[in-house]
Amino acid sequence: MIRPLPLLVAVVSLVFASACSGGHRSRARAGAEGGAVQAGERVSVKGSDTMVVLAQQLAERYMQTHPGTGLEVSGGGSGTGIAALLNRTTDIADASRPLNARERGQLPAAVETRVALDALAVYVHHTNRLPSVTMAQLALVFRGRITNWSELGGEDRPIVLYSRENNSGTYAYFKEHVLGGNDFAAAAQTLPGTAAVIHAVAHDRNGIGYGGIGFGTGVRTVPVATEDGAPVAPTLENATSGLYPLSRFLCMVTREPPTGATRAFLDWVVSPEGQAVVTPAGFYPMP
Amino acid sequence: MTERADAATVEKASRPAPRPLGTGYRAPWSDRIAEAVIRGLALVSVLSIALIFVFIAKEAIPLFFEPEAQQEFGGLAALFSPRTWPGYDASVFIWQPVGGTPKMNLVPLFVGTLKITVLGMLFSVPLAVLAAIFVSQYATRRAREVLKPALELMASIPSVVLGFFALMVLASLMQDTLGLPSRLNALVAAVGLAIAIAPVVFTVSEDALSSVPRELAAAALALGARKHQVVLRIVLPAALPGIAAGAILGFGRAIGETMIVLMASGNAAVVELFDPTSSARTVTATIASELGEVTPGDAHWRVLFLLGSLLFVVTFVLNRLAVWVVEALQRRWTAGASR
Repeated sequence: MIRPLPLLVAVVSLVFASACSGGHRSRARAGAEGGAVQAGERVSVKGSDTMVVLAQQLAERYMQTHPGTGLEVSGGGSGTGIAALLNRTTDIADASRPLNARERGQLPAAVETRVALDALAVYVHHTNRLPSVTMAQLALVFRGRITNWSELGGEDRPIVLYSRENNSGTYAYFKEHVLGGNDFAAAAQTLPGTAAVIHAVAHDRNGIGYGGIGFGTGVRTVPVATEDGAPVAPTLENATSGLYPLSRFLCMVTREPPTGATRAFLDWVVSPEGQAVVTPAGFYPMP
Repeated sequence: MTERADAATVEKASRPAPRPLGTGYRAPWSDRIAEAVIRGLALVSVLSIALIFVFIAKEAIPLFFEPEAQQEFGGLAALFSPRTWPGYDASVFIWQPVGGTPKMNLVPLFVGTLKITVLGMLFSVPLAVLAAIFVSQYATRRAREVLKPALELMASIPSVVLGFFALMVLASLMQDTLGLPSRLNALVAAVGLAIAIAPVVFTVSEDALSSVPRELAAAALALGARKHQVVLRIVLPAALPGIAAGAILGFGRAIGETMIVLMASGNAAVVELFDPTSSARTVTATIASELGEVTPGDAHWRVLFLLGSLLFVVTFVLNRLAVWVVEALQRRWTAGASR
């Protein structure tokens, strides 16, 4: 025999609990969209996995000096961040690539604030002695036309490709600037984040991967040569001077010209105080 | 646990159901209210399944009627047939949904799903059934009391934890011992998957084996059969419907499993059905990793929902198939027996 009363109480209290938490949430959101700077302001930052460490460190430092503002940082990929901006679930989208034409069409008033300079590094296993690689070779490797290290002057071993998921800004950048818009090889493994690529390459003698320079520990980064030039190592001087072929700007995007707490945060990020956080996070400050 | 309940209801389905106890008299109002609430809740669960399907299908169906959406990826036929894309030398199946020319061919995903699922079943079903035979037929009571809960506890390991284990430990271990060309591949994912589905298959099989009437085994033993003869020729055939149900339910769980394959398979959309050491991209992993990014309403979004609908239909059909197989086997093995 089931006793109905406890069940009823449980059901009713559950319904109430969810209703209450829902109401609380929507009130919090309303506050965030209000605009003016006031105590307890919340700003959400979502997007590029490459930028998530940078954004967290910026947020931590900012909240120490500006106790009135709470920043919520999450990753997911540049595309995810921009999609969140589109359906108004975030205030700022981190993007490691510029908006594409379709996104630009959907967010006509969007403002991209360049916050740092990033160089994409090409990683190999630390025992791999490959001295350098040209952009053309890199394209052939990741398109699956070069499948053995011996074709690049290395040992007779197969090449295992590590790439990123297709929602990644790094993926989009690499596809456009290195592969010339061509597809990655079907055999390229797609991993959810630069840290996963680093982990995979660090454990695979045959592996090659790409990702932000800020992550390159445990793997060897290979200097990249342009068609005519000498190999260039991914360093600050080479990235800021434009010599290194794989560098890009990291952006924080807002729906429209930023206001209120969002604006205060973005202004701080591009100020010398904010830019001081960029280098420890593994990127280069804006030149 | 639902798998277990399914199997139990299935076994009882052949008998005519008696009227539920406690329904022959006029119940007090409090009972009737409670009954109505519970009936409502039960209805909600049925309705929500139907509504989930309606919602998923609703997002996918416009794909078949919107010529401009179809144009984006080269027509409906491009979803299932190979094509010579610009920049390729031969006709190929390609899943590269983001880029200048989106290529959304579903075949690599089906191949990946099938490969990992079948491999996972090959590892888990024999092990789980043998474990069930041991626990139900050979183990001492004390061993059984430890083994059964321990194995069932494995079913409650979150799949993300199994995925993490496969990614960090299994992948390196298997590459070192087997000399695999890449660290993450279908084999690693299949082993991880096998750990996840073995408890499901074990639980259902063990229940089926334990519920074979003791009289059957006792009679066989009395006629001079050896223990292994009793197990192989009496108990196992009698429990076959339950074991088959367990295997099919395990298959359903495996085909829908996301986290383990997402983390351990490498997710490369290669069309390579018979090489377990290559990477594989499953339908579930594709949905999980791409749905967060796509623009709602465009072709990529609809194709992902189409994949979801197909997955839903497949698991639904598998569940019905499990019921049907069990009933068919039961009829066969109980033919001639008195009801």
